[in-house]
Amino acid sequence: MIALLFATLRTATPLLLAGLGGMFSERGGVVNLALEGILLTGAFTAATVSYYTGSATAGVLAAILAGALIAGLHALMSLKFRVDQVVSGVAINMLAMGLTEFLMWIFFDSGSNSPRVDGFSSPEALSGILTEVPILTICALLAVPIAAWVLFRTRFGLRLRSVGEHPEAADSLGIRVHLVQLQGVLLSGVLAGAGGAFLSLNAHYFVKNMSAGRGYIALAALIFGKWHPGGVLAATLLFGFTESLQGHLHISWLPVRFVQMLPYVLTMVALVGVIGRSKGPLALGRLFVKD
Amino acid sequence: MPDPKLKGGLPPIAAWLRRLGLIAVESLWPPLLALALSFAVGSVIVLAIGESPLRVLSLIFLPGLRSVDGFAHVLFSATPLIFTGLSVAYAFRAGLFNIGGEGQLYMGAFLAAVVALSLPEAPRPVAMILGIAAAAAGGAIWGFIPGWLRARFGVHEVINTIMMNFIAVGLTGYCVEYYLQESGMIPHTAVIPEAFQLIPFARGPVGAWLGLNRANPLGFSIILALLAAIAVAFLFKRGVEGYRLRSVGLNPQAARYAGIAVGRVQMRAMAVAGALAGLVGVHEVLLYRHRYLDNFSTGLGFLGIAVALMGKNHPLGIVLAALLFGFLNTGALEIDLFTEVPRELVVVLQAMIILFVVAIGEMATRRRRRRRGRQ
Amino acid sequence: MKIALEHLTRSFPGIRAVDDVSLEFTSGRIHALVGENGAGKTTLMRLIYGMLRPDSGKIIVEDRERSFAGSQEAIACRIGMVHQHFMLVDTLSVAENVVLGAEPIKRGGIDREAAREAVRGDSGRIGLEVDPDALVGDLSVGQAQWVEILKVLYRGADFLIFDEPTGVLSPQEARFLFEILRRLRDEGKTIVLITHKLDEVLALADEVHVMRRGGFVGSIGGREADAPTLARMMVGRDVLFRVERPVETLGAPALEVRNLCLPRRRDQHPLSGISFTIRQGEIFGIAGVEGNGQRELAEVITGLRHHTDGEMLLEGEALPPLHPRRARELGVRHVPADRQRTGLVLQMDLKDNLILGEEDSAAVSRWGLFRPAALTSLANERIRSFDVRVSDLEQAVDELSGGNQQKLILARELAHELKVLVAAHPTRGVDVGAIEFVHRELIALRSRGLAQLLFSSELSELLALSDRIGVLYKGRLVTVLNAGETDEEELGLWITGARGEVESA
Repeated sequence: MIALLFATLRTATPLLLAGLGGMFSERGGVVNLALEGILLTGAFTAATVSYYTGSATAGVLAAILAGALIAGLHALMSLKFRVDQVVSGVAINMLAMGLTEFLMWIFFDSGSNSPRVDGFSSPEALSGILTEVPILTICALLAVPIAAWVLFRTRFGLRLRSVGEHPEAADSLGIRVHLVQLQGVLLSGVLAGAGGAFLSLNAHYFVKNMSAGRGYIALAALIFGKWHPGGVLAATLLFGFTESLQGHLHISWLPVRFVQMLPYVLTMVALVGVIGRSKGPLALGRLFVKD
Repeated sequence: MPDPKLKGGLPPIAAWLRRLGLIAVESLWPPLLALALSFAVGSVIVLAIGESPLRVLSLIFLPGLRSVDGFAHVLFSATPLIFTGLSVAYAFRAGLFNIGGEGQLYMGAFLAAVVALSLPEAPRPVAMILGIAAAAAGGAIWGFIPGWLRARFGVHEVINTIMMNFIAVGLTGYCVEYYLQESGMIPHTAVIPEAFQLIPFARGPVGAWLGLNRANPLGFSIILALLAAIAVAFLFKRGVEGYRLRSVGLNPQAARYAGIAVGRVQMRAMAVAGALAGLVGVHEVLLYRHRYLDNFSTGLGFLGIAVALMGKNHPLGIVLAALLFGFLNTGALEIDLFTEVPRELVVVLQAMIILFVVAIGEMATRRRRRRRGRQ
Repeated sequence: MKIALEHLTRSFPGIRAVDDVSLEFTSGRIHALVGENGAGKTTLMRLIYGMLRPDSGKIIVEDRERSFAGSQEAIACRIGMVHQHFMLVDTLSVAENVVLGAEPIKRGGIDREAAREAVRGDSGRIGLEVDPDALVGDLSVGQAQWVEILKVLYRGADFLIFDEPTGVLSPQEARFLFEILRRLRDEGKTIVLITHKLDEVLALADEVHVMRRGGFVGSIGGREADAPTLARMMVGRDVLFRVERPVETLGAPALEVRNLCLPRRRDQHPLSGISFTIRQGEIFGIAGVEGNGQRELAEVITGLRHHTDGEMLLEGEALPPLHPRRARELGVRHVPADRQRTGLVLQMDLKDNLILGEEDSAAVSRWGLFRPAALTSLANERIRSFDVRVSDLEQAVDELSGGNQQKLILARELAHELKVLVAAHPTRGVDVGAIEFVHRELIALRSRGLAQLLFSSELSELLALSDRIGVLYKGRLVTVLNAGETDEEELGLWITGARGEVESA
């Protein structure tokens, strides 16, 4: 049972980080489908950098940087070039998919996976729980109250929410709408990049197309969690739990495939409003253009 | 009095040519510039690896141009992209964004396989029609649902189509694994009855006449794809439904005021878009593999978005863009074989093409609007 | 705070929205800025608030000339504006909305107690009751208006502009607002109230400034002002429509509306108990200041909105709630108020716009396909009969002049057997020639026995065309007058609520 709990936490970690990241982007009104590509890029960067430096910390930092870069590209496309945010996200995901596989050939001469990387090793004194719960998982859990504080208690959070809800009102009060949105998108890159780092460091490998739709699940968790940090936590734990279930309990009447579909079905149900309507920021996906 | 120019002012051919020229200049340069920029960035990457960009370029394009057989391979690779590109463009005409092509094509292919497997006795002509209809129906159902959710509950179609992609993968995978599986590494169904199988051109007289290699897979699906493109083009230009799609897409408010049932038009648009994506099943199941293979699509639905964007959501443009992507895909094998450059370069190129195409397109419209504003 | 304007001018493509306006807002008083729709009041205030920049002229704040690059700079100069449409974030609390953009900070986060205190302090001082922690989306429209005022006060404004603040308020709320405005004035603040309701002006203003068609007409002291004078100044006499209107005998009732009601919603002005009858061959005009339910009334009759109470009869037969398409088929046609947003698809060409909504009629299509020859001849015929000046049928509609766009819509809507025409502002923003054309057309339809419901903000136009005129004020039909027995002055009193004091809703 404890093993299942730990497995749930581990499975939920990348979803949670990406989901919180997505929250900062979407609360500011920018749809972020690029989460998928950011996770993938983060995973690849973390594996590559920690393989060459031998340091998992360096890997995580590099993944965060790479995540922010990809997010910056998304912000550039959608805020500066006014490209449809969905189109930009889809294209960035393709780019991330191609680029990671391409670079895998260059760095590791393999089309399927990277060599083994060590990941985080826990100090002897703290073995026990820390071997089961990786440090990044703890960071992710800590990120939830911090994200809530930032979103609901700080000047940045207040402005971010106002911009995603009613950019004209924010503008009429002298707030620079696109600047605030850029910050939100970059933050989503940082968090989702770290989530990607967890994927490869926890598995000790980078594998081709490692994110495998987790960015979209994170997006689903964001919607299911009603764009709220606590909701995102609950949703990612639920999705993580169902995914871990298959590895731990062999329930024959519950096919794996159905369990995998659950997040998506639940999200659609939530959107239609059967279980209390999930409504996003009012100006989500609508670019603010000052005339 | 009406303007005298209305009739017989400009000779129709001259007016037509002028407009064609204008369209050509206005709509061709953004995709071409995007293509050039992507290739430029690609060249830098290739140079960094220590290969010659010219050699890579010629490896990508030469095989398709050298022989009829090579070009047939390009056409084969372009076929599913024509379907998914048309699907995106069709929905877009009504102002909807269909990123559910992936799920729709899975459902189309799967339903085609199921219908074929469950009717082993069907006579050939019936089987052909049923197979194609099943592929279209599978996709149509999967497209209709998000369209209905949009019209009925106002839920944006983007999220729902993404979700339904994954649900389609799960659903088809489950059915294949538990009910239809034949032993093998990747789950797949048994071979469909012969009456449902489409035979590649290479095995018939046409193939010999064209000089196709016996193993060349090109077949009826390319004809179906081109027919679909012509039908969509015709519908956009002459069809009442095409007109409704356009008015709903451009100004749903005005369409509603004029009495057009906006929600119904949107639902139909998504269903037809789904059906077009579902026709990939004809290509994949009836022609190519003669069975349903779990998880067969490598992002064909998403590439359809790229193709539609590159082709400016026009059927002719989509066919051309799909051909370009077909060249890239077949060329990928060659650069993998003969150079140090990994074949994934092609995926990177395709992604860059979309980014450049949309950014340049957006800037071009802005510039045009500014110029108009100044006048 | 005193602000003086000198020869202020601002043009938009096609119109001079503000034309050489010089006037002074003296300190510590309530100024009313009145005028009809489109008189340039809001544009003038946006110039002061830094949202727009003047083409020429000076804005002098406390004897210093100022030029604001944006509203932040105006805010910094202690100028505040409450916009006609709420600039509030529904999902934020009252306190959050108030401090947004100028947040008090404590230990890295927002000092929420200070924000609440600011709300309590300001609201207590001027006598408002607002819970600082309530979500703005949960507030009533009136309370939302108080939040807007608190926002301006929090930024320390001494010069407060209110753009049509009572448009969305109930009579009680409006009276309360006036109480607050007086209190603010007594604190020494300068207040500008944009309005066209004369009862408000007379009740409140120390000084009244009148604008008409972008120009400044004159100022008058609040004590000296009376309704007839102001109505005359606002409406002016410079446009006289001369329309030959033959005497017709009216036919049977074509459209009867009985006790029509529509509930209040955020995007919907309520209608209450509207009843009238239009007979064949009659033009029934609706006068009223915009935003008193005109749009809603037009949309209910054409099937775009569904009434909750009351009934409609078309030629004596009760109409169930209709889809717009069905309404059109039954012969109820609509020339919508906003021709660019709801009347036309601007990106489509002329030919396509001429058949919007009838694309599947046998005249232009068969088996789901257009018949290009039939389409062309139909389009040509319509263009000819309505004298639309175009270069070719494939011309983009957004290249046409306003008058030609309007003729295009008329050509489309009138090319059928119809029983009732709902024409909303059919001559708004079109040239003189097109105005004449539209008027002739409407009169010709009247002679053919058509019943018409005509909305217009030009009183002279209503008087020239209508047989009877109903006045819509705050969602009620407050009176119906015979066009021949009334004049602009009387109508001016009715539409501004100066006459027929409405019982509280």
